[in-house]
Amino acid sequence: MAYFFETLIAGLFAGLMYGLVAIGFVLIYKASGVFNFAQGAMVFLAALVFVTLVEHGIHFWVAFAATSALMVLTAVAIEALVLRPLRNRDPLTLFMATLGLSFVIDGATQFFLGTDVHMLDVGIDDIADDYGGLFISRFDIIASLIVIALVAVLAIVFSKTRMGVSLRAVADDTLAAQSIGIRLPVIWRIVWSVAGIVALVAGLLWGARQGVQYSLSLVTLKALPVLIIGGFSSIPGAITGGLFVGAGEALADIYLGPLVGGSVSTWFAYILAVAFLLVRPAGLFGDRDIERV
Amino acid sequence: MSMLSKTIALATGALIVAATLNAPVQAQDATGQQLYPLFTYRTGPYAPSFIPFGAGNIDYLRYVNEVEGGVNGVKILVQECETAYTIERGIECYERYKNGFNGALTAAVYPHSSGLDVALTDKARADKIPIVSPGGGQNIATDGRVFPYQFPLIFDYWSEAQIIVDYIAQQVGGYEKLKGVKIATLYHDSGYGRDTIEPLGILSKKYGFEDIQIPVPHPGEQQQAQWQQIRRAGADWVFLRGWGVMTPVAIKTAARVGFPADRIIGDIWSGSEDDARPAGVAAKGYLAVSVFPPGTDYGIIKTLKEKIVDQGKSDLKDNSKFGTVYYNYGVIEAITFVEALRTGQQKFGNRPLTAEEGQWALENLNIDQKRIIELGAEGLISPLKTTIDNHKGETIAAKIIQWNGESWNTRTDWIKADSTLFADVIKAKAAAYAAEKGITPREAASN
Repeated sequence: MAYFFETLIAGLFAGLMYGLVAIGFVLIYKASGVFNFAQGAMVFLAALVFVTLVEHGIHFWVAFAATSALMVLTAVAIEALVLRPLRNRDPLTLFMATLGLSFVIDGATQFFLGTDVHMLDVGIDDIADDYGGLFISRFDIIASLIVIALVAVLAIVFSKTRMGVSLRAVADDTLAAQSIGIRLPVIWRIVWSVAGIVALVAGLLWGARQGVQYSLSLVTLKALPVLIIGGFSSIPGAITGGLFVGAGEALADIYLGPLVGGSVSTWFAYILAVAFLLVRPAGLFGDRDIERV
Repeated sequence: MSMLSKTIALATGALIVAATLNAPVQAQDATGQQLYPLFTYRTGPYAPSFIPFGAGNIDYLRYVNEVEGGVNGVKILVQECETAYTIERGIECYERYKNGFNGALTAAVYPHSSGLDVALTDKARADKIPIVSPGGGQNIATDGRVFPYQFPLIFDYWSEAQIIVDYIAQQVGGYEKLKGVKIATLYHDSGYGRDTIEPLGILSKKYGFEDIQIPVPHPGEQQQAQWQQIRRAGADWVFLRGWGVMTPVAIKTAARVGFPADRIIGDIWSGSEDDARPAGVAAKGYLAVSVFPPGTDYGIIKTLKEKIVDQGKSDLKDNSKFGTVYYNYGVIEAITFVEALRTGQQKFGNRPLTAEEGQWALENLNIDQKRIIELGAEGLISPLKTTIDNHKGETIAAKIIQWNGESWNTRTDWIKADSTLFADVIKAKAAAYAAEKGITPREAASN
């Protein structure tokens, strides 16, 4: 039984990390109704800039601040060069734009910073401690605390601040929000900046575990089933979806994998997502579209 | 016309003029040269592996061209084609260069991808173009009677499984002590990763060790469940068959569950600096199979340093990659190409070879110890002799290397695989393939 719980707990921790990536998508989706395909590329960009600065002797927190600033500048540039010219276009056009953007960010990042694999030490030991027979990684615990803290900060910002209320207004009805003076470009810049900083945190945690390299861009693939399960427009949904996917795939790999003679976690997450789509198309916490006919 | 329109028109015009001026350069006649279509993946998730590998390839060919004056006077024309490690783009590259380029002849194609090697099997047979995959070809294609155009040179994963078991036997005190030893194979869940399941099953029956097989889905960025399985099974050794990000994640996760790094043996694609370094201190003591030993003390590598790297002619942008596993792999592969050309020229004359002649040359390669010493590659490569029956080479060998936290140390000399052990199984598989495809195997005498 301890083995089951150990697997479950490890899966839940992994799920929180998936949820962290998914939050970046949710932020942008809430503000613009766009699935930002470039979020994975932003994770890669942020992590590679950060690790390059640290390798050049820059202090951890200075590097963190500098990378955050770069992500804000990137957000401003994306708003001016990609989103603004496409304002009022349908979401599919914006989605295609983010698809192109992901190639631009990936290519530019590798062009300027190289393709090498970098080791990233964030100062958290990745060793397991014994908790009454359950071995749990210290890194997992601290990473989870960071994710929970980040979600709490975002929840406060979006519910208690003027900017948060504006964002919710835009998410509810873009035209109505604009009619009462909320400036859409400003909201987009802010949201993309916050998504960029979330990408930095995700990049650091994932990069510390697997090394900073191009494959960080591919974490997008893990976020998709998480978003389908949790809903595209809910931060708690992203976390809950992440927990479902993390725990589900860990347990499936252990108990279902041997029965089918191969690894199942890749497709199991999508099977889980399809099952949710059939029952709750908007996901667990997503907004249901209600149209008057 | 607005200012913007004028600017766009001017820019377009300038581009057309530039393209026109550039055209004669691209169309330069290359008759008399030997084409080497270099399938690159400088972009995508595997670019970190290719960049030093490609540099090793290019640097050796540049050395042959510029210092040795070509292969018996025949210059090698390198034409890059980016595949991003995707099969579709790889096939486009093959189609582009299979018939040569501006008069330069194609003698062989090195696809630089196991998946692409498989995908090109039928095309290459129809086009009569040799496909060469040192270290990454199809083991079944060892039987050149059935696969005349595939050359899985130097190494295969079945032999690797043998070498791993041989090394573990050495460590535990002999083959008779393998009984009861638990060897877990953590494999990338792909054709490449699954390729050692069958030979390890055969070896397990032969020597009595417990064979545990655990798949990891691509790309392998999360392996907690798999390593818990390994710990629960009480594995004594882990054979790690990773690729890309899977390897450093495996090493770090092993440390997290308390599995010692010096009981993990990575396969040839889990044994580069970029596999071990990102895992930090967790990788100290980690072992790997090496067919392409790293280091800068080999004669040819020293020569490349002096004649190419120090002259500023290297393809490397970062000289710290010089002498790494992938750089040396690139050099070794280029050696096989050049030696095949020399072999072919001995029969057909000192001129560029056609694909048909290249096929003959690759089937009659003989890089023996004497030639290895002449090449300055002693210790870098093991002897390589191909025949119509054996497109891989008669001597299959690898070393075990160990990561010291900063770089690789060589831990053993060449460990040779017993080529007779699986020979019948491979022949039977090739015969079944021939029957399925309606292929009449060639006779060895037709060589």
